[in-house]
Amino acid sequence: MFPYEKYLRLDKFPHIWCTGCGCGIIMKAMLRAIEHSKIPKDSIALVSGIGCSSRTPGYVDFNTLHTTHGRAIAFATGLKLAKPELKIIVVSGDGDATAIGGNHFIHAARRNIDMTVIIYNNYIYGMTGGQASPTTPLGKKASTAPYGSIEPTFDISGLAIAAGATFVARSTCYHAVQLDKFIRKGLLKKGFSLIEVLSPCPIYYARPNREGTSVDMLRWYKENSIPIEVARKMSDTKKEGKIITGILHNIERAEFCEEYRKLVERVSKN
Amino acid sequence: MQKINRQDAKLMTGNEACAEAAIVAGMRFFAGYPITPSSEIAEVLSRRLPQEKGVFIQMEDELASMAAIIAASLTGVKSMTATSGPGFSLMQENIGYASMAEVPCVIVSVQRGGPSTGLPTLPSQADVMQSRWGTHGDHPIIVVTPSTVRETFDWTIKSFNFAERFRVPVVVLLDEIIAHITEKIIFPKEEEIKIIERKRTKETPETYLPYKYTDSDIPLFADFGSGYRYNVTGLSHDETGFPTNDPKKIDALYRRLNQKIERYKNEIIEFKTEFLEDAEICVVAYGSSARSTYRAIRQAREAGIKVGIFQIFTIWPFPYEELAKVSHHIKKFIVPEMNLGQIAHEVSCATRCDVIKVNRVDGGLITPDEILERIKHVSV
Repeated sequence: MFPYEKYLRLDKFPHIWCTGCGCGIIMKAMLRAIEHSKIPKDSIALVSGIGCSSRTPGYVDFNTLHTTHGRAIAFATGLKLAKPELKIIVVSGDGDATAIGGNHFIHAARRNIDMTVIIYNNYIYGMTGGQASPTTPLGKKASTAPYGSIEPTFDISGLAIAAGATFVARSTCYHAVQLDKFIRKGLLKKGFSLIEVLSPCPIYYARPNREGTSVDMLRWYKENSIPIEVARKMSDTKKEGKIITGILHNIERAEFCEEYRKLVERVSKN
Repeated sequence: MQKINRQDAKLMTGNEACAEAAIVAGMRFFAGYPITPSSEIAEVLSRRLPQEKGVFIQMEDELASMAAIIAASLTGVKSMTATSGPGFSLMQENIGYASMAEVPCVIVSVQRGGPSTGLPTLPSQADVMQSRWGTHGDHPIIVVTPSTVRETFDWTIKSFNFAERFRVPVVVLLDEIIAHITEKIIFPKEEEIKIIERKRTKETPETYLPYKYTDSDIPLFADFGSGYRYNVTGLSHDETGFPTNDPKKIDALYRRLNQKIERYKNEIIEFKTEFLEDAEICVVAYGSSARSTYRAIRQAREAGIKVGIFQIFTIWPFPYEELAKVSHHIKKFIVPEMNLGQIAHEVSCATRCDVIKVNRVDGGLITPDEILERIKHVSV
């Protein structure tokens, strides 16, 4: 049995997440990744914005910063620059990170500032009652898309790669073991790393869209996920509607805090 | 205190004085976004902060700038940003976060006429109410209004001291005249400069509560990420720093947050008076309008009119009681402002007297003649 208690603020339980929510699966994967990365608790700062995912910091025993909607990455940028020795993890949702916080997301990736961003992508604004988000699939219903969404979606991982992130991986709550491996790799990467996790929202997403229970959604993830290595050999039409999982992008590029440190060395007076 | 290369006197703009004073105060983290007429503050600091081993970062917008300085301050470093009206509007949500989470920080707003894009390159005093009530909810904040380059230097340092002492966001309200005027500034001597640091806890991480009540109403600080693993949130929280729905705890939090300033207002409020002893007319002024007022009242005195000035340096908390005290022998109050009367109403509340407003919102400064004319008109 993995010693989750070591990392949990047990007096803060029971948590606020709904039965069948994927948030707990991702939180546990993150804790396993931290344990295996051997990063001490005092060295970790967990930063979040607003939403279901953003309640994670309350339950875990790190330096935890629960900020304003969409701004987690901006706070995290200030934190990392002021105290570069901290290991920064940001937990965010699809709405928090790519709608209201989209600007900070792409600019942090562009700077390649050292932090690991885990995005819980449940296709919906859960905390506020199931409104459409930038990842609500075309045609799917939400409380603010009663006739089905007519908006194209963001590919969160693709956005991060295009913006300059140096490590990008996608997984799902079904692939929990794979997930902690990706998070661990993200934590050990010096630079902006993004782990996108598809996460079931059985209440506000599955219910109006008649997609069944959380177990049904996890089964759907299992049956529709294709590892990137396989997907590369497939035609675009065959890949349509599928979830491409795996390490999508892993490159080396100058890291922002390190570049800033060099600048200071160059111009500062002793 | 950090030594800077200072001569006894120098020619400097208000924006430059603000940036240098921040470094003297110990500020080592600036995050900002370009906006006229404040950009020189960022420009000076982009050169100076790396020299002082501090951090300068140009963020993607003002929301991010405010977020970054709050997070930096949590680690124990003094931090600031600088902006103007529209950017100040964008910062408001996170200014509320700083009030709620009690994070010391300084925000400079070099005001411009508004609403909206307004008058980017012309002077205004239109952010007076935004600086007090821009973010939602009852919240503590301190706002200062210097009127010269030297005052900008002094009040920038004092703003950091207020932020550190009371764990609140502090706003330095400049206007385009003070920001861009080049004046002779005689720097204070090092021994004349007082620097205050936030009070830090002596407790161990095991017993530390980040918002534990103290006799002073100001909780003791622990640098975030220094071994004290605590939680910070913008939700209403209890002494532990975790969210609470307990009405008693919520009530106690909001009352203490606001009490923190109310209780010490006598140690915060500063103003300056001239010729008030026998005055029948009092001009209440702040920022660059005070500059014109000094000239106007001196000319009026030469003409035999009994007029004086009450210059406000700390516009919030507003000096209601202090103004009331001087009001018993004053027949008329005149309030010149480069807005449509944002402070005139407060003066009226404080003095329960008629207040005559002198306002300009056309991008022009209020001239001494305009004030003098009103003084003469009133004295008849």
